[in-house]
Amino acid sequence: MDWWLPVQASTIAPQIDGMFTAILIITGLAFVIVEGGLVWFAIKYRARPGRKAHYTHGNVKAEYVWTAVPAVVCVGLGLVSNHYWTQIKGRDSVPADAYPIKVHAKQFEWLFTYAGPDNQLGTDDDVPEVRNKLHVPVGRPVVLEEESEDVIHSVFVPAFRLKQDAVPGMQIRAWFIATRPGEYELACAELCGMGHYKMRARVVAESKAEFDAWLAKAAQGDIE
Amino acid sequence: MTSVAATPHAGLAAHAPTSFWRKYIFSTDHKIIGIQFLFLSLFFLLLGGVLAMQMRWQLGFPGQAMPGGGILPETMAPGGVILPEYYIQLVTMHGTFMVFFAIMPLLVGVFANFLIPLKLGAHDMAFPRINMASFWFAFLAGSVMLASLFVPEGAARAGWTMYAPLSARPDLSGAGLGMQLWCVSIVLLGLSSILGSLNYITTIINNRAPGMSWFRMPLSVWSLFITAILGLLALPVLSGAAIMLLFDQTIGTHFFNPPAGGQPLLWQHLFWFFGHPEVYILILPAMGMASDIIANGSRKPVFGYHSMVFAIVAIGFLGWLVWGHHMFMSGMNPTLGSSFMISTMVIAVPSAIKTFNWMGTMWRGNLRFHVPMLNAVAFVAMFVIGGLSGIFMAATPVDIHIHDTYFIVAHLHYVLFGGSLFALFGAITYWYPKMFGRLMNERWGKIHFWLTFVLYNLVFFPMHTLGMGGHMRRIYDPTIYDFLKPYQPMNQFISICAFILFAVQAIFALNFVISLFRGPRAPQNPWQDNGLEWTLPNPAPHGNWERVPTVYRGPYEFSSPLVEEDYLPQTRKLPADREPAVLAGGAP
Repeated sequence: MDWWLPVQASTIAPQIDGMFTAILIITGLAFVIVEGGLVWFAIKYRARPGRKAHYTHGNVKAEYVWTAVPAVVCVGLGLVSNHYWTQIKGRDSVPADAYPIKVHAKQFEWLFTYAGPDNQLGTDDDVPEVRNKLHVPVGRPVVLEEESEDVIHSVFVPAFRLKQDAVPGMQIRAWFIATRPGEYELACAELCGMGHYKMRARVVAESKAEFDAWLAKAAQGDIE
Repeated sequence: MTSVAATPHAGLAAHAPTSFWRKYIFSTDHKIIGIQFLFLSLFFLLLGGVLAMQMRWQLGFPGQAMPGGGILPETMAPGGVILPEYYIQLVTMHGTFMVFFAIMPLLVGVFANFLIPLKLGAHDMAFPRINMASFWFAFLAGSVMLASLFVPEGAARAGWTMYAPLSARPDLSGAGLGMQLWCVSIVLLGLSSILGSLNYITTIINNRAPGMSWFRMPLSVWSLFITAILGLLALPVLSGAAIMLLFDQTIGTHFFNPPAGGQPLLWQHLFWFFGHPEVYILILPAMGMASDIIANGSRKPVFGYHSMVFAIVAIGFLGWLVWGHHMFMSGMNPTLGSSFMISTMVIAVPSAIKTFNWMGTMWRGNLRFHVPMLNAVAFVAMFVIGGLSGIFMAATPVDIHIHDTYFIVAHLHYVLFGGSLFALFGAITYWYPKMFGRLMNERWGKIHFWLTFVLYNLVFFPMHTLGMGGHMRRIYDPTIYDFLKPYQPMNQFISICAFILFAVQAIFALNFVISLFRGPRAPQNPWQDNGLEWTLPNPAPHGNWERVPTVYRGPYEFSSPLVEEDYLPQTRKLPADREPAVLAGGAP
């Protein structure tokens, strides 16, 4: 069992994990200060007969400090978050040369339509409706064009740190660059009905040559 | 203050209803209504726990027959093995019962009712009959929700957040009547909350005793005041959304149904516009009551009382600006995500202020660790973990990975169980003598506290690790995923700890019930507190005061150098105290 985040298999994974670690250090520090303080006070100031508590209504200076420090830290984290967020999810962030794959979600399966050699969806050379198998080339931007037939689903590939809801009536794009060849799993992250738990797909990240070869076979109907 | 004594309310105790029905069932006495809410919500707390245990069984031991599961019908668990469609009912109804029928009424229904008049020196709520109606609407809502478990297709099954269009389309969810009853129940509950909130707000504004100025009110009352405002403004949104959802399900409207032009995200916006203020409804009263208890246990005034009040107000206000942080992955415009992320980061600040002020209250105190104090300090310790873990999901890039995983489940249980429920264990123990005239057993209270504290952390802390690993929420069987298989021993460990945690609650239940009959008679002021409620006999009579008390100071004058004892009741007149101007506290 892993006690840490899953394997990093996309370019955004190190960015997200880096932020996770930074927040863990900051909150870990706050955690130690608060919990340590509570335990220390609980022991040091436990009731003893004949003693009276220190009578005070507060200290404005101390309160300024513990208002300002969290405020600065939180807003700072907000700015850093926004930097990565815009890079990953911003409307204009999708690279122009990204290879498009249409994701059609429905209870309880994923249908992937791959662009053919022309790198465009909606043309005759598309490889349509490959069921529960997402093949992606390593090192090349891939954009998922998500849609849903019935209810809300959510594409979740933990190894890619990729998550994006697929909403009926909406077209939503999510992009990533796979960095590490291998087999991963795609799960549905949004409760979508009684078969939600088994709405999974296999993800294969492979070299450009392997991907092209697979796509050519898939075009003939052989998706294995 | 003779004008006060001459109000028509004076001498209410003499007019207390004597028949059993008027006294205990259709009562207009705020204390009885509070106790009615207490029994109702403790029942639902137990029920919510029973549902959680079944979920934990399935997660720890998927596909195995649940002990005692044989009594469930074939449509839920044939041979005791839980079916997927039953599992998502469990998920849905556990959340629904805990949020709407256990934690919310425990905090607000019970303690707003019970404490506001007693702590402000009022005879009763401003509108006693509306107060009674509020309870009976809640009872009706609970009955409808309970009934939905027994309809043929089963209960609602789209998660407690009831995301459309799954919730709007019986053909896609597989549940028709159960979903409709959910909506009806929520509308009834909304009515109950709106009536209650109106009453609390009016009472706090108008029915304070002479001398009870705004900044002499206990933080419990301040937090209940802001909570009531949130409730009054948020519940109508949920009720409206639930009615729209009901129409989508039954009469063919298309508010949330895309093929005919509906908007699934509209539901999420409406739900969370209610839902995030609701989150603060579920924590603010706990913060307020914990503040009261920590000051009492520390024998010290609350550190930074004014900033505590402003923090409550700030949380109440900012709580309206953060709902979109539940929707970062929903397909909402990512630029909106940025603004919701910043407002969410900002709301951490008043929470931090409160935490440090609680610590400041304990600093150089003379700490008495009675059972309420233990639970209140645990509330702070656990709320902090929930607050800090919230920063991970507020940071939008990190949320991409942990959204809809067990990290969120851990976070929300640290706030709602570790936070609210610990505060509630403390508050129930603390005001139990005021409710029933007897004390709960101290030793069993401490045993219950320590066992709960340890087991609680063993159950919920590992869920952070599950979430980091990508373990999705609301899935029936994690073992079908290769990447989750290694986590199965941890799931089993969590389940076993959860079963023991649940069993340990029997100590609290028994302590509660046995003390009703066998507990030692409470002295008038068992915690040596300053609050107005402790100037009354235990339990307090109908109408509370024969003569409305006069208030000379704030509620937290512990260890004051002015007196020998380490507490100084709000009503005790010292030679230097002046009589308050009549208008200062408003008319009784």
